[in-house]
Amino acid sequence: MSETSTAPAAAKPATPKPPTTTILAGLSKALMDAFAEDDKLLALGEDLADPEGGGIVGVTNGLSTRFGGQRVRSTPIAEQAIIGAAIGASLVGYKPVAEIMLMNFTTVAMDMIVNHAAKLRFMSGGQTSVPIVIRTMTGLGYGSGGQHCDYLEAWFAHTPGIKVVAPSTPQDAYGLLRSAIEDPDPVLFIENLPTYRTPMPGELPDAGHRVPLGKAAVQREGTDVTVVSYSRLAGEARAAAELAAAEGVSVEVIDLRTISPWDRETVLASARKTGRVLIVHEAVKAFGAGAEIAAVVGEELFGQLKAPVRRLGGAYSAVPYSKPLESAYAPDRARIAAAILALAR
Amino acid sequence: MATPDAFEPDSATLLEIYRRVALLHANDERARKVIRSGQIAMVYYSYRGQEVIPAALSAALRDDDYLCTIYRGIHDMLAKGFPLDILWAELAGRATGSCKGKGGPMHLTYPEKGIMVTTGVVGSTMPIANGLGWAAQLDGTDRVVVATFGDGASNIGAFHESLNLAAVWKLPVIFLCQNNQFAEHTTYEAGTSAKQIADRAQGYNIPGVRVDGNDPAAMYRAAAQAVARARAGEGPTLIEAMTFRFMGHVFGDPDAYIPKDMKAAAMADDPVPKFRARLIQDGIATDDQLSAIEAGIEAQIDAAVAFALASPFPETDELRRDVFAEEIAA
Repeated sequence: MSETSTAPAAAKPATPKPPTTTILAGLSKALMDAFAEDDKLLALGEDLADPEGGGIVGVTNGLSTRFGGQRVRSTPIAEQAIIGAAIGASLVGYKPVAEIMLMNFTTVAMDMIVNHAAKLRFMSGGQTSVPIVIRTMTGLGYGSGGQHCDYLEAWFAHTPGIKVVAPSTPQDAYGLLRSAIEDPDPVLFIENLPTYRTPMPGELPDAGHRVPLGKAAVQREGTDVTVVSYSRLAGEARAAAELAAAEGVSVEVIDLRTISPWDRETVLASARKTGRVLIVHEAVKAFGAGAEIAAVVGEELFGQLKAPVRRLGGAYSAVPYSKPLESAYAPDRARIAAAILALAR
Repeated sequence: MATPDAFEPDSATLLEIYRRVALLHANDERARKVIRSGQIAMVYYSYRGQEVIPAALSAALRDDDYLCTIYRGIHDMLAKGFPLDILWAELAGRATGSCKGKGGPMHLTYPEKGIMVTTGVVGSTMPIANGLGWAAQLDGTDRVVVATFGDGASNIGAFHESLNLAAVWKLPVIFLCQNNQFAEHTTYEAGTSAKQIADRAQGYNIPGVRVDGNDPAAMYRAAAQAVARARAGEGPTLIEAMTFRFMGHVFGDPDAYIPKDMKAAAMADDPVPKFRARLIQDGIATDDQLSAIEAGIEAQIDAAVAFALASPFPETDELRRDVFAEEIAA
């Protein structure tokens, strides 16, 4: 699996190495800081408390020891029960952070998420609300095959009433998780499994750091092509932009960070400037989030674009096991770079 | 925990249960009349025949206890104290309804009386009730939560996940199955493997009680005992309250799937007039006293229906409100 390189193709360090940190560290610190500040925060999920290992990746490691087993609870393997318990507690003043170990397992809890968490505020006429965060991880790269690494964000983005967030840097992981926890509405928080421990530039933010939901980041400025992405592939897009730059193409990279509601203003402003837009995600391309973004760009900027909006996404198949198939399934930096160059011509 | 004798309803409690039964009964009669007259068009799941269960249950609850109920749940909510005017306004889809007309009969909500969730999805009260129970546990209160559901819901995964978690976490939740013997159009025997639903509690190591839900005293005893157990921190109880629904699954369905003699026998044993006669016979109330209660209820319903029908419909801007806390830009 190709690990994400977020650093612009770095010059050889002559001075001490610049600091790095990880998304895993950012998420853990966000939870620790948030729990310390608000005693209404709860966490629940499979193997989440320290006696069960503090989470299979370790995001919640230490949380139950510090804040107690009543607030940080491991659950049975029962996703409806997990999300239902989070919803119920949130209706009366608690702020549960529920973990669904893998994104594919959200399918087992879809009734709770879609019919209840997302809709109770509206259906009750605003009398109740469901301020929960559902943390879940996914992403190909470990040869997990068809039921452990799907990106299903489009399903949730298609559901009014729930926000969908996916960071690609440690600092955004921290700031977005803090904002998601403070948000008065349900938030699905997507973590990428293969890049949890990838060293990325910078240090962990302090406890005041927030990244507002619904606000994209222009991670690299450029003038010829706009690339819109999120989660791990935002990192691949940054790397692809460097490859394209070597070919003389100036690329603007936008990390959406929040998939729903997405930052139309930032994307449209960039599209107006470059006239060429490429949208990249690991999720299946057909009916993916990219289709919505492409449609809006087309509706708003028809006539101002220099080329049709292009999309790259996962193949129309289950995520395959065999390594060559898995590598061919989703876009990588080389394919993104090739698409950028084709679009720029 | 108190002995079972402590859960025997006294005369005042029985009369209070009857007041609620009469309210529920009259409201269902009125709902069907209003639909037939064309004044309000709605999909309606009549609870006629099941009135005693929530009336007796709610007499064992406090206002600050939580309730999660289902699409056939207006009886549960009225018994818990849902105000009639905003109930009817919601049924009529008006801006003055409890949910501003945005929820409707299947999503009525009234947190002031602990009515936290009404779901249109079979089985979905139970996972959420657990979370309310967890909150009560964390708060250090002795509040309890009731999740009500039908016999069909005991076959869905949410039932099993929820009973298991409630047992493991010792949550103060009462799982109240109103067994009206039909899951939509399917008979109990055709859809349910257990001899009785109460038996399923054994698999989760919690008490399972089967009771005649149409018997006010028996239903009250079962409810009060489960409530006492939950308040004492001893964990959940599954109650299976036997009953029958007179009007089929959804009001207007031909109910050909219900054996005629079964329905005739159930209706001949209508729990509402039976309870009324019993109160008089036992000297707990006179016919005149009960008639006065019933007349008062009719007047309240008259006023509520009038309020609903005179209320405005919601503005279409409401589509952008309550999706999120922050209004969506036009």
